[in-house]
Amino acid sequence: MKEAQKIFSRPRSLRNISTHYCGGCGHGIAHRLVAEIVDELGIRERVIAVAPVGCAVIAYDYWDFDCSEAAHGRALAVATGIKRVRPQNIVFTYQGDGDLAAIGTSETIHAANRGENVTVIFINNAIYGMTGGQMAPTTLLGQRTATTPAGRQIGVHGAPLKISEMLALLPAVKYIERVSLHSPQEVLKAKSAIKRAFQSQIDNLGFSMVEVLSACPTYWDMPPKKALDWIRDVMSKEFPLGRIK
Amino acid sequence: MKSKSRQKEIKKILMTGNEAIAQGAIDAGCRFYAGYPITPQNELTAYMARCMPDSGGVFVQSESEVAAINMVFGASCAGARSMTSSSSPGISLKQEGISYIAGAELPAVVVNIMRGGPGLGNIWPSQSDYFQATRGGGHGDYHSIVLAPSSVQEAYDLMFLAFDLADNYRNPVMVLGDGILGQMMEPLQVTSHKSQVTGQKAVVCLPIGKATSQKTWALTGCEGRNPNIIKSFRMKEGDLEKLNLALQKKYKAIRQKEARFESLFLEDAKIIIVAYGTMARIAKGAVGMLRAKGKKAGLLRPITLWPFPEKVFKDLQARNSKLKTLLVTEMSYGQMLEDVKLALDGKLKVEFLGRAGGGVPTEEDIIRKAGKIL
Repeated sequence: MKEAQKIFSRPRSLRNISTHYCGGCGHGIAHRLVAEIVDELGIRERVIAVAPVGCAVIAYDYWDFDCSEAAHGRALAVATGIKRVRPQNIVFTYQGDGDLAAIGTSETIHAANRGENVTVIFINNAIYGMTGGQMAPTTLLGQRTATTPAGRQIGVHGAPLKISEMLALLPAVKYIERVSLHSPQEVLKAKSAIKRAFQSQIDNLGFSMVEVLSACPTYWDMPPKKALDWIRDVMSKEFPLGRIK
Repeated sequence: MKSKSRQKEIKKILMTGNEAIAQGAIDAGCRFYAGYPITPQNELTAYMARCMPDSGGVFVQSESEVAAINMVFGASCAGARSMTSSSSPGISLKQEGISYIAGAELPAVVVNIMRGGPGLGNIWPSQSDYFQATRGGGHGDYHSIVLAPSSVQEAYDLMFLAFDLADNYRNPVMVLGDGILGQMMEPLQVTSHKSQVTGQKAVVCLPIGKATSQKTWALTGCEGRNPNIIKSFRMKEGDLEKLNLALQKKYKAIRQKEARFESLFLEDAKIIIVAYGTMARIAKGAVGMLRAKGKKAGLLRPITLWPFPEKVFKDLQARNSKLKTLLVTEMSYGQMLEDVKLALDGKLKVEFLGRAGGGVPTEEDIIRKAGKIL
């Protein structure tokens, strides 16, 4: 009889503690994917993460490598400072839609336009989770939130902001892909995209970003399964998946 | 590196205060600068753009003052001596970042070449940001250490102290000048780096990309050690209070050790003019003119605005029983005045002479006011 072999375990870069995330939230999966890629690329000892303000504010408690906080929206300015001083390190930010595409839009666009050789993991769940479900720049039209109780209306609130497509216009942006976490197949694609983004930085190509469509069952007011189906059937129609640049 | 013979040749160079601050920062080992254009400090940013790359450092023109201070946060996380500069409205924008730097206990230097306010104000010199500089400025219970040079030479020299204090206490340090200091040209003698923090060895400046063994907390990648985390966020019950108590302990030590001032004729003065920065230059002139007329005037010039040199004020009466009045003069409507009154605790009479919004009290104004008091 063959001895049992361990073929699946917690990544070295992920600490062995429970997260604070709600049931069905995508952050746990996204954290794990980043940790798996950091392990696979063998960069744990030279990676430096910049955590956001938002639900993932304590991402540094979950990852087991060097991390900094950043003020709300400022992660890419902080990452710029770190990477310019230590170009040999692998620097990435992990940011939500409010952080990256509302309060931090300026920092995002200009870091991308300078071609900062950093990687961005952009979690798009179309809502502000941490503060109680307010409208995000990426909230879909008609979507009800704490601050759009009658649903988002284009004439009042504007259309969902497609920051990935906007950034793709900039010459110094080298890699952008939009992925989703709504099924195991999509999670595997997301993992490949994250790996390509980090590899792009390792190869010194310039700015790289992966936009991850991620469920927020709590503030979408849906059971987890329905939230995943909503990404597949509704959200990914507004935010089409695939390589953008 | 300049050769020895070349160093001998260069005895004094003519520079603006803005340029002297930039050169002082580079000579003090600053290797990361981010800034956004704003008058009257633009020569500083341009000097950094010109000279930082040759010194092995990084210059970034940021998209905003907000981005600049957060770039400094990042560069400081990564272990570099880091700095940004701006003028009053831009410094208001940086307050968020300064609060985070204080909360995360990162060293950083912020230069404010003050202009008239409030609002967009104007580009004339002013000292109206004293409250903002010395009371924290951003949210939370914190202090920046605040240095106030009054000459181009001192602006250069204090940059060494600024970086040493920032590293030693892991605290933001603000260098507070004004539009006159930034724009005026004076002869400057450049010096080599000696640590000006008591009992501390000078921090060796390392080129970009090298690890600094003196900053074990820095983010350099966790090779051979446990991961480092830099944060100000403390959600666990009691954690934020603990951080605040640690900060207060640090501030107490800074208050005890780092207060600095310059004084003239404290022992026999009947009136002491109190001023800092550019106003102290004018006050010094006025004291000289009053003395020439046989009037016993003295000067007290705080060099550190926070910590405020309280002790010298508290000891004045014991040192000099003839002293009756202090005349505080500022390019503001009485901001440092409050610290002088707090230090004296009602024991001596305090008068005030101030103008702002571009107005600068003159030597004659001071002499006239002092004459009325004497």
